[in-house]
Amino acid sequence: MKTKAQILVALQEVKDPEIPVISVVDLGIITKIEVGEGLASGEAKVTMTPTFVGCPAIKHMQNEVQKAVEALGFDTVEVVVDYTIPWNSNMVSERGLQQLKDFRLSPPKRHCGTINMADLEHAQCPNCFGTNTTLLSPFGPTLCRAMFKCNTCGEGFEQFKAV
Amino acid sequence: MQSLKNFLYTIADDNLILGHRNSEWTGLGPVLEEDIAFSSMAQDKVGLAYQLYQLLHTDMGEGHPDKVAFARTETEFKCCQLVEYPIGEYDFSLVRHFLFDHAMYELFSMLTTSAYPALAQLAVKVRGELKYHVLHADTWLKKLGNGSEESKARMQSALNYAYPLALGTFEPLEGEQELVQYGYFEGMVVLQERWLASILPVLETAGLKLPVNAEATFGGRKGYHTEYLAPLLKEMTEVFSIDPEAEW
Repeated sequence: MKTKAQILVALQEVKDPEIPVISVVDLGIITKIEVGEGLASGEAKVTMTPTFVGCPAIKHMQNEVQKAVEALGFDTVEVVVDYTIPWNSNMVSERGLQQLKDFRLSPPKRHCGTINMADLEHAQCPNCFGTNTTLLSPFGPTLCRAMFKCNTCGEGFEQFKAV
Repeated sequence: MQSLKNFLYTIADDNLILGHRNSEWTGLGPVLEEDIAFSSMAQDKVGLAYQLYQLLHTDMGEGHPDKVAFARTETEFKCCQLVEYPIGEYDFSLVRHFLFDHAMYELFSMLTTSAYPALAQLAVKVRGELKYHVLHADTWLKKLGNGSEESKARMQSALNYAYPLALGTFEPLEGEQELVQYGYFEGMVVLQERWLASILPVLETAGLKLPVNAEATFGGRKGYHTEYLAPLLKEMTEVFSIDPEAEW
C-alpha cells in the first residue's frame, strides 16, 4: 500500500525549472494529495497551483509530477492544476526559504495575509545581508522575481517576490 | 448565464489585448529593466486572459481558449478602446498602464468576494500580482511627473489623451443588473468610484491633473472598435491562422 508520505518524498525530486534547487513541495505549489479514501486502490490524485497565473513552467511541472508519482507504481495518476487554494509566498517552506537564500535569491518576507505597497520595496541582500536596499524594478528575469540593489555592498540582486 | 459570460469575455479581452500591446515593448524598452517590466506584465496579462477563457470553456461551454483568443472576429471582442491603441511613445504606454492597472486592481479586489467561487479564487491570486503592476506604474508616474519640465508636460499631455479612453473601461455592461443582483460583480459605477479614489492621490503626488469635462469613449464593450484593433488581431493570429488545427 503506497502512501501520501511516499508521494511527498518522490515529489522532492521535482524541481522548479526556473529555480532548480527548490522542489515543488518546498515551493508550496502542491496543495492536495489523495490516495485511498474515496479513490480506487492503485489510484492517486495530486492537486497543484501555479505561483503566478501566467507561469510558463506549470505545464512542465505538471508533467514531471505525473511521471514522478507514476514511477511509484500507481495504476492511475491524475494531476490537476487549479486555484482552489491559491498560492502565496507564505506557502514556501522553511527549508524552501533557505534553499532560495543558498541560490542567492532574497527570500520573500513572511506576511499576515496582506502586503502593504511599502513592504514590496524592501528586501534583504543575499550577499552581505544588509537591509538598506533599493528596488530597481518590481519585475525580473522570471515572473516571480524582482530586482534590487544593495546600498551596503553595492551588489545587484534578485528577490523572490512576496505575494 | 449570458451576462456572466459577457462579463468574463470583457475582462479577458481587455487583458489579452493589452497583454499583446505590452509585449510590443519586448526588445524596444527604453532601458533593460523597463523592457523586462513590460514583457513580464504582458505575460501576466495573457496568462490571466487564458485563465478566464478557461473558465468560460470548462464552466460555461465556450470554445477552447486558443480558439476563443485567435479565431473570433473583431466585432466579437468586448475589449475597451483604451487597450487597442498602439503603444505610442513611452509616456502614453506608462499612463495607460497606470490608468488600466489601477482599474484592474480595484476590479479584482472586488471580485475576491464574487458569488462565482472559481472567479473569487482566481481574483485572490491575481490581486497579489497586480500590486506589482500598480507599484511599477505609480513609481514612474511620480518620477516623471516630478522630473523635468519636459517629462511633466509629456505625462500631462498623455494623461489628457488617455483619460477619456480610460473612462471607457467603465462602459455599462449588457446584463449588468443581473450580475449585481446575483452578487457576481458590484457594477461599473462602484468600480469607477473606487478607481478614482485610488488614482487621485498618486496623481496629486505626481503633480498631474485630470482633464476637466472629459467624456468617456464608449463602444468597445458592444463590439465597436478603433481602426487599431483589426491590424493587431491580424498580427496576433498570424501563426494560428496558418494551421488552426495544429497540435502544439
